[in-house]
Amino acid sequence: MPWTKVYIDKADFEGTLAKEGLRGVSYKDAIREAQLQLLEKDDRVFLMGEGIDDPGGIFGTTVGLAEKFGKNRIMDIPIAENGLTGVAIGAAIAGMRPIFIHMRMDFLPMCMDQIINHAAKWNYMTGGHVNVPLVIRSIIGRGWGSAAQHSQALHALFTHIPGLKVVMPSTPYDAKGLLIAAVEDGNPVMFIEHRWIYDYVGYVPEDMYTVPIGKGIIRKTGKDATIVALSQMVYETMKAAKTLEAGGIDVEIIDPRSLKPLDEELILDSVKKTGRLVIADVACKTGGVGAEIACRVAESAYQYLKAPVKRVNFPDAPTPCSPVLEDAYYPDHKDIENAIRELL
Amino acid sequence: MTDIPAYVLIDLLRKMLFIRRFEEKIVDVYSEQDMKTPVHLCIGEEAIAVGVCANLNRDDYIFTTHRSHGHCLAKGMDPKQLLAEFYGRKTGYCKGKGGSMHPASVEHNVLGTSAIVGGGIPIAVGTALASWMKKDNRVSVTFFGDGATEEGTFHESMNFASLKRLPVVFVCENNFYATNSPISARQPHDNIAKKAEGYGMPGIQIDGNDVIQVYRTAKEVIQVARNGGGPTLIECRTYRWKGHVGTDYDYEKGCRPRQELEEWMNKCPINSYKDYLIESGIISNTEFQAMISEIDSALQCAITFAKESPFPDISELLKDVYFERK
Repeated sequence: MPWTKVYIDKADFEGTLAKEGLRGVSYKDAIREAQLQLLEKDDRVFLMGEGIDDPGGIFGTTVGLAEKFGKNRIMDIPIAENGLTGVAIGAAIAGMRPIFIHMRMDFLPMCMDQIINHAAKWNYMTGGHVNVPLVIRSIIGRGWGSAAQHSQALHALFTHIPGLKVVMPSTPYDAKGLLIAAVEDGNPVMFIEHRWIYDYVGYVPEDMYTVPIGKGIIRKTGKDATIVALSQMVYETMKAAKTLEAGGIDVEIIDPRSLKPLDEELILDSVKKTGRLVIADVACKTGGVGAEIACRVAESAYQYLKAPVKRVNFPDAPTPCSPVLEDAYYPDHKDIENAIRELL
Repeated sequence: MTDIPAYVLIDLLRKMLFIRRFEEKIVDVYSEQDMKTPVHLCIGEEAIAVGVCANLNRDDYIFTTHRSHGHCLAKGMDPKQLLAEFYGRKTGYCKGKGGSMHPASVEHNVLGTSAIVGGGIPIAVGTALASWMKKDNRVSVTFFGDGATEEGTFHESMNFASLKRLPVVFVCENNFYATNSPISARQPHDNIAKKAEGYGMPGIQIDGNDVIQVYRTAKEVIQVARNGGGPTLIECRTYRWKGHVGTDYDYEKGCRPRQELEEWMNKCPINSYKDYLIESGIISNTEFQAMISEIDSALQCAITFAKESPFPDISELLKDVYFERK
């Protein structure tokens, strides 16, 4: 199916999808299109973020929207992340549908009080009387010496908090569908993007559609091992799968898409079939999403495991600047291949 | 005060008295240890909640704090459901999930309460932003203490509200203590109202124990906010008689000087106002006594209702973690 397929690069896409006459859209344009259609459809939707209406337009995802919808609905804001998160919560409970956009995920730690103590708890504390329909978009950076404060992936922190939903789309199709689903969901949703996949192209229908939050997807079926890959690691895993296939190893690739709620059943079913599990994440190892997935498998499917669970992560260290250190820091398809070979 | 109708003057007294007796009722029953929620009593500070809320419509929003009881009652919330909430009963405003620190009533536009210092301030600015966007003519009021003015959220909220000229009123109840820390240990100046100047917003310092002064000031700035004139900060100077949390006087623990409390008790917002109304012939002493009896019997009913209400079913534990579309 075209919407489940991952295209590693433009050439790959042009070689297959375009031939079938299907529309190809980049990840960033899919996000822009979702927002544009939401803004057109629903007066309550508005976007807010630092520099949201500048010429760069949040790496292209908001370009032209201020001209079309005005600066009240595409709102540039003061550099006050925590306070403005509270403002977004207030607007949400008073009937609006804000999307708060952060150019870097590293800015979210400044909003933790309002996200964790307020947005996440509000529906429960009010006995279910006041929900918070708030979407917080954030983008993981990587490379070009971005270093320790402009390249973090902090999704695991948010999965720990009851009341939050966390999604991490890897394809343009899912980016559009999950963003629309997030805005319609009615809960605070952390929508986490990856800068490195912004130009990747995939099939994206023109009409509005949703991808259900909490449902993962099998990117490739296989029988020898399961790889659960998050965000940009889906692409590294696809590359690894090709190499492994040439060597006679047939892996199954699962893209959970949502981390909270997590599609546990999809992962367990795959592990029950393959007996081997590698989790490839775009973040540091300790206390990460990989640990949670490994634990769920240990709790519910340990008897099916034929080998230890492996994780492919960043080391437990801040991101360095030097290109040499940066190269050593980030795992890629070769690390995934090695992890699989160690299990077989 | 001839410009304020007698029924309003009497209502201000009744509401302050109601809050006072409500809090005192909690003091009476708290030692039974059935009300399992930390209570932050507002005895001594009643004039602020009452003077401000008397100028609000039902559809205006208020945001209170961990010291929430007075604001909720002043906005018209039902003492029965409030007390049921404090007793953790399913008939409470939040089905027993919030307690004393997190009251909410959509019908009264109390859309939830944060017990994190300064936490509710930006949320009030957010409801004001929604009103500004929807042009719905509503005003948002955020109540907070002096400690909150040290938080980043206060400054971020003042800046943004002034920038967009949002219909929000910031009401600081300066009782000079954050838990047990005096303001002199926490702020370089004894002037919270002046902080507004840096944000291009009017800041007004008033006697928070003078209900008429609160009423008049609030009336004016709420009107300004409603008419698109932007936000105002009001610093209401007052004193909390009881300790930060619980039902005791905290001078017994050495937290604050007893003499200071006694000085402020002499400036009781209710006593002097009641005397004034009696001297002016607006109410008689008999009517005042009747008012107390009426309030006390209503509160006794509310306590009985709360205590006799059922607890939530255990199945409620995992409900409402997430909103589910019906």
